[in-house]
Amino acid sequence: MQVLYFAWVRERVGIPREEVETSAATVNDLVAELRAREERYEVAFADTSALRVALDQELAEFDAPLSGVREVAFFPPMTGG
Amino acid sequence: MIRVQSEVFDAGAELNAFSNRVAGAGAVVSFTGVVRDVTGGLSGMEIEHYEGMTEKALAAIRADAMQRWELADALVIHRFGRLEAGEVIMMVATASKHRKDAFEAAEFLMDYLKSRAPFWKKEVTSDGADWVASKDEDEDALSRW
Repeated sequence: MQVLYFAWVRERVGIPREEVETSAATVNDLVAELRAREERYEVAFADTSALRVALDQELAEFDAPLSGVREVAFFPPMTGG
Repeated sequence: MIRVQSEVFDAGAELNAFSNRVAGAGAVVSFTGVVRDVTGGLSGMEIEHYEGMTEKALAAIRADAMQRWELADALVIHRFGRLEAGEVIMMVATASKHRKDAFEAAEFLMDYLKSRAPFWKKEVTSDGADWVASKDEDEDALSRW
């Protein structure tokens, strides 16, 4: 699936998007997989309460299932307006 | 109408065009957001957004407002990219037969834009650049709707 990062999450991970091969059942499982990969993911995902997630461009919870999802995006709370 | 763009826009001209489109509505309310220089050292702002999701989120927020209030129309324009202090970032406009509907819907649009549309602001100063943190009161503001 495509995994996208925005704002400081993007800066910490170092890339805006990547293709990730995963069998993670939920967003939390995917985060655990990413954190286990490399230090930069560990830093970006150190506190998931400071993050938001969107599945196929709809806001979701971290315990949401990933079945059928094509695009996962991680970002800090939004600051529009 | 929803627009997401990097280009500068003329808020006055947009408001006039909107008012002409909804002629007869009776009440038009608009809000314009401008890059403010809080610290006195701001050289500009960078606004990042999630292309695709932004347009969908704004359209959903607008549709929600149209359903909750009796509106003739609602306009949302939001910019992304590099902006200088004093530049217009965004505007909303609402039109209704009723003043209260127009005001409330405009506030609703602003509250939802703040924390449900995928935009992130980075302030650039002579000391460096920092992401603007979300505020708890922005999230709390949603509970009144």
